[in-house]
Amino acid sequence: MSLRQFISAGLLGLLASLALASNAPTPAPAAKAATSSTADHSKFKALQQSFASGPEVTKACLTCHTEAAKQVHKTKHWTWEFMNPDTKQRLGKKNVINNFCTAVPSNYEFCTACHVGYGWKDQNYDFTSENNVDCLACHDTTGTYRKLPGLAGHPTYKDVEFPPKSGKIVKAPDLRAVAQGVGKSSRDTCGSCHFYGGGGDAVKHGDLDSSLKNPGKYLDVHMAKDGLNFTCGECHKTSGHDVPGSRYAVTTVEKEGGHMRGKKDANPATCQACHGGKPHQGEKADRLNAHTAKLACQTCHIPEFARAQPTKMMWDWSTAGKLDKDGKPFKIKDSVGHDAYDSKKGDFRYESNVIPDYVWFNGKVDYTLRETKLDPSKVIEINHFNGSPDDGKSKIWPIKRFVGKQPYDVGSNQLLVFHTYGKDDSALWSNFNWDKAIEFGMKEIGAEYSGKYAFVSTEMSWPITHMVAPKADALACAQCHTGPGRLDKVPGIYMPGRHGNALLDTLGWSFAGLAFLGVVAHGAGRIYTSRKGAEK
Amino acid sequence: MNANATERIYVFKRFERFWHWSQAALIITLMLTGFEVHGSYTLFGFEDAVNIHTTAAWSLVTLWVFAVFWHFTTGEWKQYIPTLDKAGAMFKYYLTGIFSHAPHPFKQTVLKKHNPLQRLAYLGFWLGMSPLIWFTGWFYLFYDQWAAWGLDAYLSLEWVAFFHTVGAFMILIFFIAHVYLATAGHTPTSHIKAMITGWEDVGH
Repeated sequence: MSLRQFISAGLLGLLASLALASNAPTPAPAAKAATSSTADHSKFKALQQSFASGPEVTKACLTCHTEAAKQVHKTKHWTWEFMNPDTKQRLGKKNVINNFCTAVPSNYEFCTACHVGYGWKDQNYDFTSENNVDCLACHDTTGTYRKLPGLAGHPTYKDVEFPPKSGKIVKAPDLRAVAQGVGKSSRDTCGSCHFYGGGGDAVKHGDLDSSLKNPGKYLDVHMAKDGLNFTCGECHKTSGHDVPGSRYAVTTVEKEGGHMRGKKDANPATCQACHGGKPHQGEKADRLNAHTAKLACQTCHIPEFARAQPTKMMWDWSTAGKLDKDGKPFKIKDSVGHDAYDSKKGDFRYESNVIPDYVWFNGKVDYTLRETKLDPSKVIEINHFNGSPDDGKSKIWPIKRFVGKQPYDVGSNQLLVFHTYGKDDSALWSNFNWDKAIEFGMKEIGAEYSGKYAFVSTEMSWPITHMVAPKADALACAQCHTGPGRLDKVPGIYMPGRHGNALLDTLGWSFAGLAFLGVVAHGAGRIYTSRKGAEK
Repeated sequence: MNANATERIYVFKRFERFWHWSQAALIITLMLTGFEVHGSYTLFGFEDAVNIHTTAAWSLVTLWVFAVFWHFTTGEWKQYIPTLDKAGAMFKYYLTGIFSHAPHPFKQTVLKKHNPLQRLAYLGFWLGMSPLIWFTGWFYLFYDQWAAWGLDAYLSLEWVAFFHTVGAFMILIFFIAHVYLATAGHTPTSHIKAMITGWEDVGH
């Protein structure tokens, strides 16, 4: 065998073995990829058993992680409740009415697919149960664990068709394999709820959607896999299960400009927590750093949201309930295939590459609660971002402004809770009857209802803070400093290039014009008289 | 007019001419970019306009350091001491005499190269427009340092920009008049030639 033959035979063999390897069955997820963890959960006796339900897994987890459930019990992920210390408003998913799916009460079984617990199906839920904490929702690494709406926070324990009548089968997860494979939370686990808020991928936030599972650098300079490859937890650095970063009480201004990560009482999820208060370097550093006195980092560095997938910008519940000529609910798609109408939900509008609205924001948010009295002739702010140019605590922030129409009680001028989902004859999504759905919902929360409803226009603000673009894509000077500028509607700033004094401009150009006319006339006179002189 | 009778004097030294023309270029640049930054039109693009404006301003500062030094070491600063002597005659000349080819009322010499109206105008430029534009421009440029200087409570960008713009309009008007009056010498081109060659025909 010559050398050449030897090499080609070797190469062939190598190729053949590669081909065989790619056909080989993939190893079970439990045989994990390299991890730095000091524990291999598949070796734990407590997990070497078959589990019939989620709570059984949790019980096993708690035999070692004795404090974990108690920690989770204190968090918003568990309580769905947040007492705002500034406004004293009782917020959280459990209490707030928004203008997406509106309200959780009377729809628990559906909504609690995103609760870190099992079994929350009505308002009598036991918030003290440790076994009902769902460890796997956040710690699954297999990608097979999925909680479906309608199961009150449980995964499916048998293969089911989901969505119903879709022909798609969701397999029951192998809880033993999932339990043995647990690890740190990931984009996938956080994203399984946060990417799909508002009832679908990219619907709610505009800066959080499934494209963050594997974003390009252009979409997210921190999370790109070929770049920094951050997980959510890299910024939302969690201790004792309490995930920092809140849109109920946003950190808009760092007290000392910036701080070192890990410092007590400071939010690790802000830009400044890593970049400091004077983040710019190079030639334009001083001028750009001066901008940070008034601008949130996000204002320039997230120039648009919904850059990978369109986000919902409008949701009009008032048209929900139309049925086709056969009495069946129907959907209408927009030109890119997103729902423009759904009998269950009403009219929608999706938008891509949306230019945010900009507001002064000091982190304090006032909510329109169910109890709040409305003026239905006006657009109701579901939440109001406080801030002003002069309070010393505000910066100009980019926001997504989400508008819609939703039912309110004509008698009491208050927002209504209505029953969307349930296996009964009142749920809007099965029976398309607003009267029944509202009556049911209001009875569920024990509130009075006058019996008369109408639809009120609402808007809700969402801070834009994720999907930070690479610096080359940050806003350029001219996008604000020449017209029409991004910040034209923001009050209380003097913007060079946009806010010159109109009277001064009129006077200045007039005098300059007069001076010009004056010298032209004078010159013409000189030319005229000198010609006349020459003629003589 | 008898050409033989024309007298030539060396009015503008080499540095003075260099100073004048580079200053002219810089001021034109500053006006073009400045009014763009102000928002009056788009020419270079905002960011480039700001950068060019800043560079031109620093260049002019440097030039002025040399110019001030030159004026004091040569004693040429005395050329700007104001006088009202013949100012009325000059005014009348520009208003009427220039049209009837009356003799220029001011006889230029090396020691008195500016006519009294020029002296007043230049003095106004040095003591009025320049300080206004430089002080406001300085604060505008160092906006990011106000807090460090403890001045942020006393200054507002809006008013700093306002007075900077006032200065800019004054200089624009000065510029229009200045360029035109450059043609109003002994002959229409005598001033301009002098600014290029240094030598001026001063008549007889």
